[in-house]
Amino acid sequence: MSRRRRRGRRVGLPAPVLVLAVMAVVFFALPLIGLLWRAPWSNAWHYLTDDDALTALRLSLICSLWATGLSILFGVPLAWLLARVEFPGRGAVRALCTLSMVLPPVVGGVALFFALGRRGIVGQYLYRWFDFTLPFTTTGVVIAQTFVAMPFLVITVEASLRQLDLRFDDASRTLGASRWYTFRRVTMPAVRPALVAGAVLAWARALGEFGATITFAGNFPGTTQTMPLAVYLSLETNPEEAIVLALLLIAISFAVLVGLRDRWFGRTDRPMAAT
Amino acid sequence: MTLSAQIALQLGTLELRADLEVKPGELLALLGPNGAGKSTVLRCLAGLAPIDAGRIALDDFVLDDPSTDTFVEPEQRPIGFVFQNYLLFEHMSTLENVAFGLRARKTPKADARRIAGEWLERVGLAEYADQRPRALSGGQAQRAALARALATNPRVLLLDEPLAALDAGTRSTVRRDLRRHLETFDGMRILVTHDPVDAYALADRVAILDGGSIVQVGTLAEVTAHPRSRYVADLVGVNLVAGVVAQGVLTTDAGDHVVIADALPGPSFAVIRPHSIALVREPPVGSSARNTWRGTIAEVDRLGDRVRVGIDGRLPLTAEITVAALEALQLRPGDDVHASVKATDIEVYPA
Amino acid sequence: MLRIHRLLVTAVALLGFLGASCGSDDSGSEATDVPAAGPSVSGDVTVFAATSLTAAFTEIGDAFVVEHPGARVTFNFAASSELVTQIGEGAPADVFASADLSNMAKLTDAGNNAIEPVVFATNLAEIIVAPGNPLGITGVADLADPDLIVVLCAPEVPCGKYAAAIFENAGVTVTPKSLEENVKAVVTKVTLGEADAGIVYQTDVTAAGADAAGVQIPADINVIAEYPIAVTKGAPNADGAQAFVDFVNSEQGQKILASFGFVAP
Repeated sequence: MSRRRRRGRRVGLPAPVLVLAVMAVVFFALPLIGLLWRAPWSNAWHYLTDDDALTALRLSLICSLWATGLSILFGVPLAWLLARVEFPGRGAVRALCTLSMVLPPVVGGVALFFALGRRGIVGQYLYRWFDFTLPFTTTGVVIAQTFVAMPFLVITVEASLRQLDLRFDDASRTLGASRWYTFRRVTMPAVRPALVAGAVLAWARALGEFGATITFAGNFPGTTQTMPLAVYLSLETNPEEAIVLALLLIAISFAVLVGLRDRWFGRTDRPMAAT
Repeated sequence: MTLSAQIALQLGTLELRADLEVKPGELLALLGPNGAGKSTVLRCLAGLAPIDAGRIALDDFVLDDPSTDTFVEPEQRPIGFVFQNYLLFEHMSTLENVAFGLRARKTPKADARRIAGEWLERVGLAEYADQRPRALSGGQAQRAALARALATNPRVLLLDEPLAALDAGTRSTVRRDLRRHLETFDGMRILVTHDPVDAYALADRVAILDGGSIVQVGTLAEVTAHPRSRYVADLVGVNLVAGVVAQGVLTTDAGDHVVIADALPGPSFAVIRPHSIALVREPPVGSSARNTWRGTIAEVDRLGDRVRVGIDGRLPLTAEITVAALEALQLRPGDDVHASVKATDIEVYPA
Repeated sequence: MLRIHRLLVTAVALLGFLGASCGSDDSGSEATDVPAAGPSVSGDVTVFAATSLTAAFTEIGDAFVVEHPGARVTFNFAASSELVTQIGEGAPADVFASADLSNMAKLTDAGNNAIEPVVFATNLAEIIVAPGNPLGITGVADLADPDLIVVLCAPEVPCGKYAAAIFENAGVTVTPKSLEENVKAVVTKVTLGEADAGIVYQTDVTAAGADAAGVQIPADINVIAEYPIAVTKGAPNADGAQAFVDFVNSEQGQKILASFGFVAP
């Protein structure tokens, strides 16, 4: 009887739900399959080893990693502030910091112009005093990417910090740990799964960023032409090349996402959550 | 080195006023109903909650004194704390948990781990050193939390309901173990509990905290012999009436009279044991019992051959009669009844 | 159950055949005479036009609707190269107006044009600078200055090709700070003050009004941008498309184009 049980084992999902889930998978798989189907496999290598393509790829990776790093450096303290410190207008501040998530990226790029461009509120002083401009520079790309990517990290980490039991901080301090030591060895390890998830989201968003980049930083091979820009432009003259570049970007992202073990995202039972 | 604390703190609607003194080697139990403020007292002592007024000091080392603007942070206080749910850090091994306090105080990693290992041996958890707290049972986690708190060599050990998170079956075993381990610690120990059995088994002295104030202090025997609060009275299972004695009568604030035999005048407590109360349907005529109060039966609880009858009225009481008597009188909740007690059956002592 | 199943499949197949054979009327109908101001057309007319035609075509569209009250014109302005890609992928355009001949040629070669393209206007390139020309740029040679922030159209886009041709004619090498994907983006960067100069069409400089100034490029090195227009093959509204093309070539349409700075072919 146990043999029959094992063979006829149910998936455990009600049929309608399963159908919808499968449809969702197909929805995501179809565009990818479409790309693979139209890809010019015979010419692929030629396009992949093209100087411009490799430059764009390298630029994309470098900028997105920088953007992720900045997002962590500034995003974690911000998440901490929003989660732990009560101050008037906290809700408004939170909305402000995550605004770029709902803004169309091009709008974000234009806004960055008016802040950090040559005639921008702050930008004009950067230009006048230090002869330093952000548009058309790689730094500008990193800024644009950070602007759109950081909120993802802030939101994820803040949510995790909120549901941490504060009494663990108490326990740590009664054991003799300073606030900083507590932050380092008790709080941060507890939010690590959320931090990893947030960092991955931020990195993915930065890697795919197009609108704000092309508007604020511009488009020039080697300096500001990231992969998404390269794909977009090559689509106009050489769709085959565009497909190959797109697949390359997808392959890299896929590899990273698959490579990130489940374990790093934390167990499904929430550790050290407030009961 | 004595821990002396005078705590005054307003916490929402609770006004906490507690004065304590604990000597080295002494274990004081803070006993009281939930919401009385017991855990808050511990938090004040640990520095997790600053007091509004008063003073907390370990001999000359002042930990908290608002009048002189002195406040010592929790991490600077020589205090160990065992929390109600143990709060072991789940992302570290048990050994690392125990070593945490040492490393936080800048003990080199190797030394810290060695000392932590010795402590785990002492509490019998050596084989769980490399396992996560998740793998420990309730009793084991409690021992780990105890070891973690003691590893830093504190002068004062605070325990907040250390047995509350355990199921009834393991509680008595763990209580025995806890007693053994606590005896090896020679500093001051304060234990918060709502279970008088814990106080009985572990404590030297007991302080009853009720409604934000300490109403009684003493050994458990002293405290239960002469209850001075409803909480202790309920604990012991007697009726407690507070009032002022004058000319053989104790008058409550509400104006009810209790006739008593030989007592000193002044504010006093009267204890009426449930088995001293006789229940009558009609007001007794020609009885030697000087006290009769009218009331309504609120509840009836059978305990074997005896029945506890809760009576509502101007003077709420709990009476104890036999099942036979209950049946003979056909008493039901909602019935009117008269409670009768002899003056000589009432114990009175000064408040 | 199987029989009903088969019946259904057959029914669906039949319907499919009928639908396919009915198809579009275009391939079967004869080409009728198209008078200059013919009978009123109706329906939606979708026009894909180069970015530089934005202002002019919008006004032409308004005038067209006055002539043909039953019609409605929708525009899709983008770089000609992008529009060609979109049409190639099956975008439902009735009319295509390109900023250069080579992009239109791509469409014709792929067999996507119903009629021979007609050049309806020409444009000249011009250097665009900040109002008042604060940096005193006099010509294309000045753009080679490495301290100058110059933006150009990307080489895939018509105005980018024209710019490259101009630089070759002038014998200068210009390293831009950015390659924008359409000409309006170049205009925006200059009017916002982010870039010092760019190469755009003279119609764009005119359209920018007080927000920008222009520096003319001498005729001997300048290129003439020729703008062809055509009805696409398989246009959903072929009559409307033809009417629009005729309108653009008519006296009224040409007057509007001239008012924006375009030159008659």
